[in-house]
Amino acid sequence: MNRVFRRTYSYWFLMPAAVIYFVIFLLPTVMSFFFSFTRWTLADWEFIGLDNFVMFFQEQSLRIGFQNTLIYAVVTCGLKVILGLLLGVLLTSRLRTRNYLRSVIFFPTLISTIAVGIAFSMMMHPTQGIINTALGWAGLPGLDWLGDTRVALLSIALVDVWKGVGFATVIYISGILSIPPDYYEALQIDGGGAWHKFWNIIVPLSRPATNSVIILSFIGGLRSFDLVWAMTQGGPGFTTDVIASIIYKQYQGGFYGLATAGNVILFVIVTVLAFPLYRYLNKREVDL
Amino acid sequence: MSTIKSSEHIAGHAQSGSTPLGRRMGRLGLELLGILFTIIVFWIPFYFIIVNALKSTQESADLSLALPSTYHLWENIMTVVQARNYMLLRAFWNSSVLTIVSVLALVILCGMAGYVMQRRRDRLTPTLDLLILVGLIIPPAIVPTIWVLDGMGLFKTMPGLILVEVALNFPFCVLLYKGFMAAIPREIDEAAVIDGCGGFRLFFNIILPLLQPVSATVIVLCAVTIFNDFANPLYFLPGSANVTVQTTLYNFKSQYVTQWNLLFTNILLITIPPLLLFLFFNKRIVAGMTAGSVKG
Repeated sequence: MNRVFRRTYSYWFLMPAAVIYFVIFLLPTVMSFFFSFTRWTLADWEFIGLDNFVMFFQEQSLRIGFQNTLIYAVVTCGLKVILGLLLGVLLTSRLRTRNYLRSVIFFPTLISTIAVGIAFSMMMHPTQGIINTALGWAGLPGLDWLGDTRVALLSIALVDVWKGVGFATVIYISGILSIPPDYYEALQIDGGGAWHKFWNIIVPLSRPATNSVIILSFIGGLRSFDLVWAMTQGGPGFTTDVIASIIYKQYQGGFYGLATAGNVILFVIVTVLAFPLYRYLNKREVDL
Repeated sequence: MSTIKSSEHIAGHAQSGSTPLGRRMGRLGLELLGILFTIIVFWIPFYFIIVNALKSTQESADLSLALPSTYHLWENIMTVVQARNYMLLRAFWNSSVLTIVSVLALVILCGMAGYVMQRRRDRLTPTLDLLILVGLIIPPAIVPTIWVLDGMGLFKTMPGLILVEVALNFPFCVLLYKGFMAAIPREIDEAAVIDGCGGFRLFFNIILPLLQPVSATVIVLCAVTIFNDFANPLYFLPGSANVTVQTTLYNFKSQYVTQWNLLFTNILLITIPPLLLFLFFNKRIVAGMTAGSVKG
């Protein structure tokens, strides 16, 4: 039977996908560690040790990428968790409009990031944009959303949240709906109010949903490129450059070794932050 | 259907009749607040795109929400489609080929991979699982991938980009297939094997048809992802002969700095395919995304 088993579930079925995955993803990933130590022109390479990495940490226009990538990931992830949870609670309550609300909030997840980025950069135009016009009606001063170096990165992060919150919300909805109703009944017998229901039942018991949202949006935030590129291309100056956009700029400039070093740094950051986070969150889930 | 709904309404009212008036008003308030919130946060941006796609170039220069005095939608569409020697049509063609071929390859290859990986648990299993997890988390190494593709003569070609899309979407899809395979009883396999079915026929004639629901999810999710992909075509398929809809939009952004109406028309046109998928497959998309993310 064992031979039949092995033939029925032959690894040949895995082969085509595995070969593509190995050649196009795993091999370049491994090679990137080598090429990050070189000055490289695809045809030819020269070993230069740690120079690329040193450059990344010394050059202000490159170093800013670390800081921005982290800020961006933390802000988008935090807002998606908070808003996703609140919207999830709202959309699992007995509202007659909840199907409508779910669809509308979810739709931006499916549109092109570039389209969203372009449309919002028009709405954030400092003098003509409708956001500042609306603030003007309310008697508030407008902001140069994408031109002011202090707020530009946060403006992009807000648009990212606008586009991505629907995804967080649907994860929370499925998490909240999987809470057994017994808990609510027990709460009713004990006479707890809406706040208790939220804080003592929904928040702790939707923990698996929270973990998924944190992991996915944090990793997504660290890797983000499209929206930044569509809205500011890293500008003004280098103030909104994230690691992924720096990689693209170095690639365009022909600095392949440097671009690859940026890629390696991004792996290391993602691995160092995401894997322990993944372990930690999964452990807490078991403890519960 | 409508009678059921209305009786539900009556039941709802009877029930809420027993609750204090304040709570009922509170719920109504929450509903109105929700609608107001979606109008301000979501409908205004959509409206902004649509209304500006209807305008003439001069009117769209204001970037305002005002209705156009004359409608130019058709004219704008024709201009955008004809721009740069019908570049948008080429882009739609390229994006369609890319999306359809990649998605078909993903369904077959990931279905086969998920089938073996779920059924066969042995010494290799932990390593394979780890390699899949790595693919879900780690961003692709761009320039080395170009180097590999270049070595195979596939850099700047459509087959090369298709391979990239397949490789990068493989981990997520295989997880979906593995999850679904677990719900298909092994007795089916055993019965087929006893009847003399080989692995190949077992998979293609019996398992693959049973995987249909998860295949539908994979098709819809990957179609949206690949159609909307910007970074991979930008890196792996540069050049004006090979544009996709996303790179075209990006290029038009710099070309149309003074003609916002055309830019918005372009946005409107490339949003139609995802919109159609959303209208027809909303439930499946949501179900697939939650299943994939919670289990992964």
